[in-house]
Amino acid sequence: MESLYLLVPVSVALVFVTGWAFWRALESGQFDDLERPAHDILTDDDRGNRPPPE
Amino acid sequence: MVSGCFHCGSALGDPRYAVVLGAERAFCCSACEAVARTITQAGLQAYYETRSAAAAKPEAKPIAPFPADISSTALILERIRCAACLWLIEAQLGRQPGVTHASVNYATRRAQVAWDPKVTSLAALIGAIRAVGYDAVPYEPRQQEALERRERRAALWRLFVAAFGAMQVMMYAFPAYVDELGPEAAQLMRWASLLITLPVVLFSCGPFFAGARREIGQRRIGLDTPIALGIAFGFAASAWATLRGAGEVYFDSISMLAFLLLGARYLENAARRRAGLALDPLLSWQPQRRLSVGEAIRVAPGERVPADGVVLEGSSSADESLLTGEARPVAKRAGDEVVGGSVNLEQPLLVRVTRTGAETRAAGIARLAERALASKPRLVAAAERVARHLTWVVLVLAAAAGLHAGDPWIAVAVLVVACPCALALAAPIVLTRASGVLMRRGVLLARAGALQALERVTDVVLDKTGTLTTGRLGVTRVTTLGALTPDTCLDLAHSLEAASRHPVARAFQNRGQSPISCRGPRHFPGGGIEAIVDGRRVRIGTEAFCQPLCGTPPARFDGSHVFLATQEGWLAAFELADMLRPGAARFVAALKAEGLEVHLASGDRAQVGAALARTLWIEHATGGMTPEDKDAYVARLQAHGKVVAMVGDGLNDAPVLGRADVSFAMAGGADAAQLKADVILMNDRLESVVATLHVARRAMRLVRQNIVWALAYNAIALPLAAGGWIGPWEAALAMGASSLTVLVNALRPLGRESAWKASTFSFRSRSPSYS
Repeated sequence: MESLYLLVPVSVALVFVTGWAFWRALESGQFDDLERPAHDILTDDDRGNRPPPE
Repeated sequence: MVSGCFHCGSALGDPRYAVVLGAERAFCCSACEAVARTITQAGLQAYYETRSAAAAKPEAKPIAPFPADISSTALILERIRCAACLWLIEAQLGRQPGVTHASVNYATRRAQVAWDPKVTSLAALIGAIRAVGYDAVPYEPRQQEALERRERRAALWRLFVAAFGAMQVMMYAFPAYVDELGPEAAQLMRWASLLITLPVVLFSCGPFFAGARREIGQRRIGLDTPIALGIAFGFAASAWATLRGAGEVYFDSISMLAFLLLGARYLENAARRRAGLALDPLLSWQPQRRLSVGEAIRVAPGERVPADGVVLEGSSSADESLLTGEARPVAKRAGDEVVGGSVNLEQPLLVRVTRTGAETRAAGIARLAERALASKPRLVAAAERVARHLTWVVLVLAAAAGLHAGDPWIAVAVLVVACPCALALAAPIVLTRASGVLMRRGVLLARAGALQALERVTDVVLDKTGTLTTGRLGVTRVTTLGALTPDTCLDLAHSLEAASRHPVARAFQNRGQSPISCRGPRHFPGGGIEAIVDGRRVRIGTEAFCQPLCGTPPARFDGSHVFLATQEGWLAAFELADMLRPGAARFVAALKAEGLEVHLASGDRAQVGAALARTLWIEHATGGMTPEDKDAYVARLQAHGKVVAMVGDGLNDAPVLGRADVSFAMAGGADAAQLKADVILMNDRLESVVATLHVARRAMRLVRQNIVWALAYNAIALPLAAGGWIGPWEAALAMGASSLTVLVNALRPLGRESAWKASTFSFRSRSPSYS
């Protein structure tokens, strides 16, 4: 049971680390358009061209 | 992609060519060609490969700066939560001195305002909107996008914090539910829960508290107040218990509640945004060129007449089908009246303006329609009203039960267990989803309330020109009167008409390059064209126009014929007719298969309408109707208890579109009709009417199920919570389950949504090799 005194604070810290990571991803625009990436797999990579953003 | 413009898919009149994707492509106009070249030069050709629909036709629009003396604009509204907020803004704007018009669109959260610049200013109006707790910025596309992105990111961030917090707190709470922890371990769990619930309450629940503060400030209790009270009270009590180290904590219930509510709100916003995006081009506001009565203006061929007026100089013909429903062009000479919205076809005209802006005939028709349309979705409005009353009941019940039992947790349980969101949220989600599903099929739902009427439709009234027909003339029969074959006659006609923009000319222009060449074609407005072919004078046009060349024709033909003649004699008579839209017969049959009565109301001559009705097997057909006649016709049907859907096109339909219980308009039609109709067929396909009907039935069934569920749930859960049989965490679970049930039900498919996939893949299968 003593391990709880370490694990619970660690899990609390982890929550905030995860939250920060998500915030970084959000600010980098990763979630701005959830539809285009699905279409991207239809565009061949070697051309390196993507449809213009909406 | 065999025929039509490579960029926008329009018919090719005078094609231009450019190399895209390693092959030469045809374009309908220089604008499309320029866009394609720009795309190619920027290295973005992949657009053409991945798109699943043709692009919109580009338009050269003037850039509109905001001058100091502007008197109307579109405003983007911020911080909108529900329909009531929009009503509030509309009312607030309407109250301001000097405001002549204020209307708010729920789908796009945008307001249209017009005002008297002598009395008030844009800054004062935005100030007035701020005064009621909202904000507004004048519409500029780029600003709009940045703003939306900011709001969307903030909403997602809140949702994530709540979801992750709820998950983690649940982990700490779970041991306490299943096992007796030691008091010290339990206290550790409580502190951990408190720490994680803190950002959930302070940050994620921010919108609820802000909403509650606004509602209390305005003394109008909405949906946010009980939620905010429940969360605040539950958190305060739990935090107090943690600090004391004794009593119950409900951090898991609170964070779970926050997550579910924010999730529902996020999904609703996403659905609305999707519907709103497609609406953008329709609502982008352009200031009209200012004209004053008495001013003389030049109207170039192919240009729309900007105001009502009288022709001073020039002779031409005008396409007034927008206002009259008549596809045949009308000759215009000095002294004739021209109507704003008609298209000048042949020669430039000098016009003296007689009526401008709101006084024009077109604007009058639009106003009529506006008045007819001032209605709201009844079922949803009723549900929202009930939800508002319910929140009061919940507040009173919570206070009474808490005081009576002397246990504050009973009050929290009542506040949390009540689920007005099932009533207030589920209906908008279904409605916005319905508009999203329809939009992906090229159908724009302009008034969500139309879905309710659509479900009950018994009769469908169809307009003719531009609806069942394309509004373009085509050659339906060739009668040769001389020695030449029909094909040669058509080639000859084509070469004579090649340079003309007249609709009659267009009927002959779809034959590629003509092998016959002619010299010096001359226009005779209202008559036809004369040219020299092989040294002989050849005329194409009306009977009266050709007669001086070669005498009386050998047979009698009616007015819908065009003649070809030389000095030697008559060559051919072409029967012209408004071309039937593809799939029109199938469409009428599909409507009948749905058990609907089909009516044809045509503004065209009676025989034309009757012939069309016979072709399509429509029993009820009336021709030669004015807009007023059509209006009366629909009113008569309604008086007999019928629910009428009207499918129309053009400005002249606007009043009757407003009169009908549900109105459909083809996007190819007039601007006003586009904005006034309930449903706009952007894809110009009649079959979409039937698809819309199916989606509407399904959507209304889901709305009804949700409302019944929400009422039943609240009727059962509230007394149980008030009686103390449900504790706060059970209340949150029940409320969450109820919200999820309603949400999942609202998200059930409204129809086959995989149509676009098929089109994407079929497009890919072309796969040109050019790498």
